[in-house]
Amino acid sequence: MELLNVLFVAPFLDMADSPVFFAEVVISGVLTGVMYSLVALGFVLIFKASGVFNFAQGAMVLFAALTLVGLMERGVPVFLALIVTAMVMVALAMLIERMMLRYLINQEGIILFMATIGLDFLLQGFGQIAWGSNVKVLDVGIPNQSFEVGGILLNQFDLFAAGTGAVLVTGLAVFFHKTTIGRALRAVADDHQAALSVGIPLKTIWIIVWSVAGIVALVAGIMWGAKSGVQFSLSLIALKALPVLILGGFTSVPGAIVGGLIIGVGEKIAEIYWGPAFGGAIEGWFAYMLALAFLMFRPQGLFGEKIIERV
Amino acid sequence: MFYREAGQFKTSYGADQAVFPIIQDRWFIALVLIVAFGVVPFVANEYWLQAVIIPFLIFSLAAIGLNLLTGYAGQLSLGTGAFMAVGAYATYKITTAFPEINLIVVFLMSGMVAAAVGVLFGLPSLRIKGFYLAVATLAAQFFILWLFNKVGWFYNDNPSGTITAPPRTLFGIMISGPRATAETRYFICLIFLTVLALAAKNIVRGRIGRSWMAIRDMDIAAEIIGIQPLKAKLLAFAISSFYCGVAGALFIFAWLGSAETEAFDIFVSFQVLFMIIIGGLGSIMGSILGAAFITLVPIFLTNAPAMFGIPMGTDLSKHIEEIIFGGLIVFILIVEPNGFARLWQIMKEKLRQWPFPY
Repeated sequence: MELLNVLFVAPFLDMADSPVFFAEVVISGVLTGVMYSLVALGFVLIFKASGVFNFAQGAMVLFAALTLVGLMERGVPVFLALIVTAMVMVALAMLIERMMLRYLINQEGIILFMATIGLDFLLQGFGQIAWGSNVKVLDVGIPNQSFEVGGILLNQFDLFAAGTGAVLVTGLAVFFHKTTIGRALRAVADDHQAALSVGIPLKTIWIIVWSVAGIVALVAGIMWGAKSGVQFSLSLIALKALPVLILGGFTSVPGAIVGGLIIGVGEKIAEIYWGPAFGGAIEGWFAYMLALAFLMFRPQGLFGEKIIERV
Repeated sequence: MFYREAGQFKTSYGADQAVFPIIQDRWFIALVLIVAFGVVPFVANEYWLQAVIIPFLIFSLAAIGLNLLTGYAGQLSLGTGAFMAVGAYATYKITTAFPEINLIVVFLMSGMVAAAVGVLFGLPSLRIKGFYLAVATLAAQFFILWLFNKVGWFYNDNPSGTITAPPRTLFGIMISGPRATAETRYFICLIFLTVLALAAKNIVRGRIGRSWMAIRDMDIAAEIIGIQPLKAKLLAFAISSFYCGVAGALFIFAWLGSAETEAFDIFVSFQVLFMIIIGGLGSIMGSILGAAFITLVPIFLTNAPAMFGIPMGTDLSKHIEEIIFGGLIVFILIVEPNGFARLWQIMKEKLRQWPFPY
């Protein structure tokens, strides 16, 4: 009886008790969710265009953030540092294509996945050697003041992050659907061979996709870095992005966003209202369990393509 | 010259279906076993056994387990660490509750517990596969470790939150706990590995293994020829988790002596996955070769700067190690995506003709 009360009654009473607090929880969840979405977005882009499940996305986030911080520490102005870092990410994409992907065409998905885990190690080691491994503070001049709207405490920084996410997604959507390159990308995602036979250069497309993913990683790195410092653990948010992918579907950009929001909000609410019943710290696995339960009913994710490999 | 099967005639079905049909292979395996049982424990010192050889044996066992699931049945899993943890914690619970049960039996019992948990988390595999399944098994990884951390019952409400191998004897010899010698623990691991590897070799060439491979290669076709995916997949999860569970039990009781859940975190899962990919998917021999590579390389890389007399900070050497390790993995995947098992096969084929190829 006690257990049922704790699980099914008390949390809802708490929510009804203080709607303002509940709203704050939801909003902070939404904002965390946006951050997850930013990381998940990188995964989706690469998976869509090359079928590679890029585990190194987290390391790319870390690498981008480290490069940016490293440049700024050496006195490079923010604007310039951003451009240089973006260029570094593009160069990295070219290098990855030239040194790795080119030789792994036609391999099975799991081999490519493993290769990206190898890449993950490489990037982590290299980034930390080049820029040092101590925790760094990233300050690119995003305002960070709290203010109140209707009794709900909001943070400018979080709003800025949400805004950036929205701009990024809109930009990507336009890029994918309105430009020639975007159309080529979708063609490659659809069928490698058919795309090649109508004259779409596969290698160039891969470089573009990895570059875009690198720049998305840079944005995610700035946001996460400014929030919680640039450090090794940044590369672990890749793991948090996985349930987001499951929820949203591996191939859907809007899915990554919606999935991120659901995971972010769900996690926060679960932690605050149901956490005590389980002894706390359920944030670590809640997202995965949610994704798992979800998979049982909709294996392709919210927006994933219908034709998925299923049994 | 030495590796020719010419002239070896099989006169019975039994001989024809032997695990190692070629006499040179049998000699080779016998030699390996003799060295492993008769030479290594007397030559290697405490450090080598504890730091290199015992972890290698334990990880080989875990890698065989994962290879049964991923390499043979085609179900990608990232929950190996959690299944190992289940084995370790089950052993701890059973042996502290019933100290009189023989520890070897306890190991096998906790393997069964791990198998049951494996079946539970294998249920999603009936609906999904590939990377979706891999992420689903991550749920097992995080949830199980959280559970073991949170619920005091699993570690007997020990204030330090760790599980420690209690002293246990077998035939009057101390086999676990702080006073067990490295040699004894080495023998325990070696016997488990030998027996279970042989069992795995026989499972995969029998009916069960064939049904797994059919599911892996094309599940719909497998279903049409009368293989039940439900049974085959769950069995794969059960047997694989059994192996991982035993490996996890040995991990604590024969190697570390005491550990927290952190010893089984996601990186262990990745490490074991590395082993089977580098070693070769769908190969028992490959699992062992892969385990040797993945356990030995970091140790070599850690010691290499000192060996060559290059002074280096631990921080720097750790990152260089990461770079070299990552680079090696990418390199091996590019050069030989099918892993060491394939190289081994090529070597045998070449050797068959050497030195007169015509």
